[in-house]
Amino acid sequence: MPLKIDKTKCMGCGACITVCPYDAIVIEDGVARIGEYCQLCQACLSSCQEGAIMESKVDYASIPTEDLAAWSGVWVFAEQRGGKVAPVAFELLGEGRKLAAARGAGLCAVLFGAARSDAQELIKWGADKVYYCGDDIFREFTDEPNAELLSRLISMHKPEVVLAGATAIGRSFLPRVAARLKTGLTADCTSLEIEADTGNLIQTRPAYGGNIMASILSPRTRPQMATVRPKVMKAGRYEPDRQGEIIDVDAAGIRARTRVLETIKAADTGVNVNLQEADVIISGGRGLKGKEGFGMLNELAQLLNGTIGASRAAVDEGWIPYCHQVGQTGKTVCPKLYIACGISGAVQHLVGMQSSDVIVAINKNPEAPIFTAATYGIVGDLNEVIPLLVKKLRERKGAQ
Amino acid sequence: MDYFLSEEQLMIKELCAQIAQEKVVPVRAELDEKEEFPWEIMKVMAASDLFGLFIPEEYGGLGKGSFELTIAVEELSKACLGVSTTYAANALGTYPILLFGTDEQKKKYLPDIAAGKRLVAFGLTEANAGSDAGGTQTTARLEGDHYVINGTKQWITNGGEAEIYTVIAITDRSKGPRGASAFIVEKGTPGFSFGKKEKKMGIRASATRELVFEDCRVPKENIIAREGMGFLVAMKTLDSSRVGVGAQGLGVAQGALDEAVKFARQRVQFGHPVIGFQAIQHMIADMATDIEAARALVYAAARYADSGAKDVTKVSSMAKLFATDVAMCVTTNALQVMGGSGYMREYPVEKMMRDAKILQIYEGTNQIQRNVIAQNIIKEAAKAR
Amino acid sequence: MRIAVCIKQVPDTAEVKINRETGTLVREGVPSIINPYDTHAIEAALSIKEQLGGTVCAVTMGPPQAEASLREAISLGVDEAFLVTGREFAGADTLATACALSGVIKKIGADLIICGKQAIDGDTAQVGPEVAEFLDIPHVSYVKKIIEAGAASIKVERMMDEGSDIVEASLPALITVVRELNTPRLPSLKGKMNAKKAEIKKMGAAELELPVDVVGFNGSPTQVKKIFTPGPRGGRKKLEGSLEEQIDALVNELVEKKCL
Repeated sequence: MPLKIDKTKCMGCGACITVCPYDAIVIEDGVARIGEYCQLCQACLSSCQEGAIMESKVDYASIPTEDLAAWSGVWVFAEQRGGKVAPVAFELLGEGRKLAAARGAGLCAVLFGAARSDAQELIKWGADKVYYCGDDIFREFTDEPNAELLSRLISMHKPEVVLAGATAIGRSFLPRVAARLKTGLTADCTSLEIEADTGNLIQTRPAYGGNIMASILSPRTRPQMATVRPKVMKAGRYEPDRQGEIIDVDAAGIRARTRVLETIKAADTGVNVNLQEADVIISGGRGLKGKEGFGMLNELAQLLNGTIGASRAAVDEGWIPYCHQVGQTGKTVCPKLYIACGISGAVQHLVGMQSSDVIVAINKNPEAPIFTAATYGIVGDLNEVIPLLVKKLRERKGAQ
Repeated sequence: MDYFLSEEQLMIKELCAQIAQEKVVPVRAELDEKEEFPWEIMKVMAASDLFGLFIPEEYGGLGKGSFELTIAVEELSKACLGVSTTYAANALGTYPILLFGTDEQKKKYLPDIAAGKRLVAFGLTEANAGSDAGGTQTTARLEGDHYVINGTKQWITNGGEAEIYTVIAITDRSKGPRGASAFIVEKGTPGFSFGKKEKKMGIRASATRELVFEDCRVPKENIIAREGMGFLVAMKTLDSSRVGVGAQGLGVAQGALDEAVKFARQRVQFGHPVIGFQAIQHMIADMATDIEAARALVYAAARYADSGAKDVTKVSSMAKLFATDVAMCVTTNALQVMGGSGYMREYPVEKMMRDAKILQIYEGTNQIQRNVIAQNIIKEAAKAR
Repeated sequence: MRIAVCIKQVPDTAEVKINRETGTLVREGVPSIINPYDTHAIEAALSIKEQLGGTVCAVTMGPPQAEASLREAISLGVDEAFLVTGREFAGADTLATACALSGVIKKIGADLIICGKQAIDGDTAQVGPEVAEFLDIPHVSYVKKIIEAGAASIKVERMMDEGSDIVEASLPALITVVRELNTPRLPSLKGKMNAKKAEIKKMGAAELELPVDVVGFNGSPTQVKKIFTPGPRGGRKKLEGSLEEQIDALVNELVEKKCL
């Protein structure tokens, strides 16, 4: 097993047992033993005062690996829905370009469905080549055709890295591709980088409801696949004159055992809850004390032309619907301005909003973790701060 | 304290605690405010087999005893007495059939009761017959194959919501207490209707109504036991159910103490959580001690009843009396610990205090319990001579 | 209809706390629960069974303690339970987990497989679709409504990022479900008593006829390089003075940064 206990150092104090999320450690004969249910989360590593827990070096040589060198290049799966390419594709091309540069390789996009002109757009956003299939089978999203065609292309062209959006579509069909190719897939990455000495892709993602971050490698198999949440990466530069190659791909023999009978648009509630596209988000948490608190935020939101967000606590209390939730189990957002009102700042919330350009935190408790993420912090009662802020903003608007 | 519950008893406790936490706590304030009968919760309890707890297996129940019922009622009462009253009153109404019913009556009614398909209520109290059951004025007169019932029962828990009623009526006034009989009356029987729903101080989720009988004809076979056994049926029923009221007291007291402790750990005054002050600590210590003493007595009484003992009257009265006096005292003091917050409806303790008061009143006031206890002691002393 | 539900025993992450000094998880006193999304999967399976008849079996992979979650499933009304357990499964990532779970399902057979959309400890949402791929059957993710379940196909509504789709899949198929689908029932006493006595069938790689290099650590292409606590960000500016002065300063800063 990759985690080992040095029996000469272990004091049998049990500190590691209390941190193990999987109850995988037991004390036997006065020393700890890591059982077979270890999930390699490594939560125990730093808990040991004696340094008795070690990562044992896995002898990769003993495990059959493919000829990794045969794989090269970075691919981005550009998802479309209703014939429109999702913005996350442009963000992935921005990120993919950096990774490709680090590996001295090319950047390709894959587009199924949508129009051929959209393939051209992907080139302008940074793709060197686009594998494009316009077959009708891709008009509505179904998992199997996407998985089948992408797997075929990957097997044929052997890219080293494949990225897709961590969206309903990407998260649903990419696991099928990984399973078919027997390769590693890391969901919901928040950062990607190339490991200097090995060239492996370091994929970092939150786990445990965002309580911890884990860096993940797929050292033995190719391609290295990852999904990335929308709005986490910045889109690259759009170059209208950029040239590239579109390679048409045929969908012969592709079948689907699921069928989309009908597409239902998001209910138009009259409130703008497109958090991921918003430039200004005013978010409320438990500190609002109730539904009424969001009324106060609405006034501020209208003034700033912003959208209302919420912490999980506020959603769980039933003060506001789930579609407003920001965080690990809600939406990841990246507005220009994020105002967190009465949100304590659990890590689960922070991972969803910390890449916002400017973060303002308003909280009664000066120790609240939200202040560690904030650009500006105001310690005070929301019922005083918000009305005063509204008043000041009105005055400024009036003066203009 | 470990009361050495069996594995099955622990399961019952765990399940009731889960129902209390997930299904009762989130809605209890609303049920109280709207005085709404807890049908949704009753359905969950039915699906969880809790209505069959004390009903024999041959009639579709689980065949458990008083002690298991005590555990269930205690857990529910921690969350809401209105809900636990509804559940316990169902047991109260069922006991006459369970204890004295014929096999036909049991076969006809118990499986539905065990499945929670039909709720039961017990009708004893009248305007002029509260503590003095001898004042009963409702009559039943035999006419051919039917008894014709006339009169009005008052303050009947589950009235209107229940479908099966066990009712005490006088069949022969000349015989005094030996002239009463018990009957099963089904909702929908012509001549059987309900008065208005009472507006109560507490346990407002439970339904309390008058039962009105106007020439209500019930089949002759609906009599429980024989003519003249009505008061015996009632007394034995109350002997069985009284411990359950004690369990309610136990539960609500524990629920209130838990809230008070939680609050006192958070509330800061003079720079410290108030739980650090000895004045609060002593109140909490007294409350916890009273509750534990009540629990020991209630559990002992329930286990004594389950042992098959005949003379359960005195000890069940003691359990009811002590645990419900503790409930009133603890809910009052728990509120005091919480100060102004305790008095606000934002916290559950004011409701617990309002709810607790009924426990000292219903199923025999605590004054009547003292009479019963004393009478038994006098009898025992006479026997010993 | 034979329905298999894949469940996972997880630590209740809502209770997991971080020791800020050491950056480690504090697990003490954190209970193990059935992954909340999986409870909706169980409920869906049981209600389809009530409608169409058949059997529901629950499948999990994990340590011997995971038996508790299977017993809980039985207390809710699940008919049979299978535990994939053994040293060879340790250290499994999603692919190796899916491989093992699909191994059991191949053995026991199922017309419909229901999974929670993801587990709250890992949040990957990958195991369900990977199981479907291993079994070579269609799948639909993020199901929020089961419109119609029949002998040959199932019609569902799945959540998309914006709006939703009505999708029909031929059986056998796998679906992953979200919380909006239903309200999970509570156990019954008889169920709990059954669960106590029920036999949990344990299976290792040998019974599943899986080579040891496709499960557990050896069958896992992904590996955890390190775990860390997300650090605070810099660039924080403190606002000074009375509340009014602070707000004035804030508004000025926001204007300067062109946020307004």
